[in-house]
Amino acid sequence: MADNRREALITGIGIVSCLGEGAEAHWQALSSAQPRADMTTFAPYIVHPIAPLDYDRQIPKKGDQRQMEPWQRIGTYAAGLALESASAKGNADLLAKMDMIVAAGGGERDQTVDSAILTGRQKAASPDSFLNERLMNDLRPTLFLAQLSNLLAGNISIVHGVTGSSRTFMGEEASGVDAVRIAVSRINAGQSDIVLVGGAHNGERRDLLMLYEFGRCNLKDNFAPVWERGPGGGFALGSMGAFLVLESRAHAQARGAKALAQLSSVVSDRSKRQPGTVACALRRLWKGVAQRLRPGHFAVLSGASGAEPATGEERTFLADQIKAPIRATGTYLGHAMEPQFPMNIALAATVVGRGKLFSPGDKSGVESPTDTAITQVVVTGVGHWRGEGLALVEAAA
Amino acid sequence: MSGKTDKAGRPVVVVTGFGVVTSLGVGKADNWARLTAGESGIHAITRFATDNLKTKIAGSVDFLPVEPFCAPSLTETLAATAAEEAITESSIGSRGDFPGPLFLAMPPVELEWAQRIEIATTLNQEACGYDELLRVCGDSQFAPYHERFLFGSVADHLADRFGTKGSPISLSTACASGASALQLGIEAIRRGETDAALCVASDGSINAESLVRFSLLSALSTSNDPPQGAAKPFSKNRDGFVMAEGAGALVLESLESAQARGAKILGVMEGAGEMADSFHRTRSSPDGKPIVGCIRNALADAGLTPDDIDYVNPHGTGTSENDKMECVGMMSVFGERAKQIPVSSNKSMLGHTLSAAGAVEAVFSLLTLEHQRIPPTINYNVPDPTIPLDVVPNVARDARVAHVISNSFGFGGQNVSLVMAREPA
Repeated sequence: MADNRREALITGIGIVSCLGEGAEAHWQALSSAQPRADMTTFAPYIVHPIAPLDYDRQIPKKGDQRQMEPWQRIGTYAAGLALESASAKGNADLLAKMDMIVAAGGGERDQTVDSAILTGRQKAASPDSFLNERLMNDLRPTLFLAQLSNLLAGNISIVHGVTGSSRTFMGEEASGVDAVRIAVSRINAGQSDIVLVGGAHNGERRDLLMLYEFGRCNLKDNFAPVWERGPGGGFALGSMGAFLVLESRAHAQARGAKALAQLSSVVSDRSKRQPGTVACALRRLWKGVAQRLRPGHFAVLSGASGAEPATGEERTFLADQIKAPIRATGTYLGHAMEPQFPMNIALAATVVGRGKLFSPGDKSGVESPTDTAITQVVVTGVGHWRGEGLALVEAAA
Repeated sequence: MSGKTDKAGRPVVVVTGFGVVTSLGVGKADNWARLTAGESGIHAITRFATDNLKTKIAGSVDFLPVEPFCAPSLTETLAATAAEEAITESSIGSRGDFPGPLFLAMPPVELEWAQRIEIATTLNQEACGYDELLRVCGDSQFAPYHERFLFGSVADHLADRFGTKGSPISLSTACASGASALQLGIEAIRRGETDAALCVASDGSINAESLVRFSLLSALSTSNDPPQGAAKPFSKNRDGFVMAEGAGALVLESLESAQARGAKILGVMEGAGEMADSFHRTRSSPDGKPIVGCIRNALADAGLTPDDIDYVNPHGTGTSENDKMECVGMMSVFGERAKQIPVSSNKSMLGHTLSAAGAVEAVFSLLTLEHQRIPPTINYNVPDPTIPLDVVPNVARDARVAHVISNSFGFGGQNVSLVMAREPA
């Protein structure tokens, strides 16, 4: 590249999931190859619950915590970790010019209120009036703000002071891919110097299980690594927060920030899903990262969810066309939609930072052990229903 | 340097087609005629029962067929209707083959009461907890709800219909969403990633629960009778906004690409600015700094000074808080001249089209530039002495307008301003 001053570096990582908090805890958990799934709370559905977090550490005011639903608390917490990791926490001047792109769904419903209304309206003289009366009386006024998609970003502005700009993308997995893609594009083009980008998800929700049960996407009864779930497979929803601080090389150097990795490329597309289109899209997108790849020195961190047919097509593409060690983190983390791609970029940065890969997590033959030094990681993000994306993460030069 | 780049050396971004739907009707012509005549689209709600609700009025769009009805389906229909008008006018690409990405501002999506009740009914039992509901959600009759209630399906369907390129982006910055969609399009063209972008903002989310949510935050007008008099931006007796629906769509293009294909240039997107507010979830910082910073950022992005602005299309919701803070922001940016610049709120007639507002109001800003005529702020009968602005009270006015600024502010500290002009500099 003629001018490397606008290259995007990763200078901060904030991640939380069922595996714990921070890059080190995630590395240890992935290396131990022990998935942490909850088989009982939502049985027959399997979910990956958030590890216990001391929210006071990143959200000091109890009043702020009370205004948030769990997904916002998880995200605001992870954003704080990322800012801390980038040595940006509390730096008012820096935070005032920091841009922000959040990938978000919506917040949890009040299931007690919903259930009481559904039960009560059956005997109501006027079911519609009953619905209005109960909603006016039983909904907490602040619940709306805890559900609104853009209020994760809003809470990050309030709690951490990030105010350069605030944009929220929606749309499941693809929103996480595009949030990172737009952040990198803006940095590369000189439209932004430093961006906080990521998302959060609470997978421990019956209302979300309902949405995905319509599509019969949920993993039930028996746990298996994502590659081993087969044609009747599905995803186990995960709770997760993942934020990155991305920064131009020039900006990072000027403030003496340490680069954890370089985010060299992010590409995305949307194929109208038919048999074979996921593999076709991945093949096309791969050309966008292939030029920089050094054979023998790169690995693939797959965001495969376990949902079919997307996971099967990704497996076939990787097995047939890519000569590199492969790991699917979804086996350990579960599937968390919006933050899945930013999380896997964070994990990829950890891998290239250490120069090695963690142990395989399946016995189907997709993942195999390797001792090679890894300096590059391609992250995949294939949506369970729509959206395909790739990122190339490289060891910081 | 050619005229195809701006003062900062970036590609000039122009508008070659735009479309709109509001409670006043479909299309630019009808909407403009009624808006400049001071007509209101606010009416009594008939979509659902309003017993036990404090607010019984809205600017809902009830004249487009949507079956089965739900917010994402109406949002999609509104968006498609506006986008069709915009793309047809611009004559860009070919039918179903738009040569650029889609940026869609839209409301968050969730399963609604109609579906919840439908599912509960199949249980045929008194207890309707989520565990019980979950047992039947996998039935094949409910399979379409997966796609419909994903956040990504509205944009996906629009991308299919119009043949936009790449991964479509759905976004929300609450009531600033429409302006954010345009900002993303402007930035993509300036980066040289694309010659054109389809920017759409749509909101068809009025139902009992969405109304209750705003009502519980005391944000809505309760002046139900007559409905047309409820939205009173900048008036002393203003008592909240009126929820409304609609969509705005704009085809953005680089000036170079538009000229090369001989497209008619309908306006220029000169600049966009934003600044987040860290003060409170629903209220603006009392010093107005984020609003001031947002407007100044937009002016700087456009390479203009406050003196260049001839008309402000404000956020102007009609809530006590918004109108006061917007006035504070304007006084700070424009100084004494703030009292002379016409500022008229489209929301006095349309209500607040929420996620769509930023694009709907960009459409009316462009029409203001085209016709050199400023739509009024209606229902302005009791001036607020603390808001000494020229709100173009009650009657439209002819004026020379070269540069317009349009403000959008939203819950969660979202502030975006757009600067538009009639012709390239």
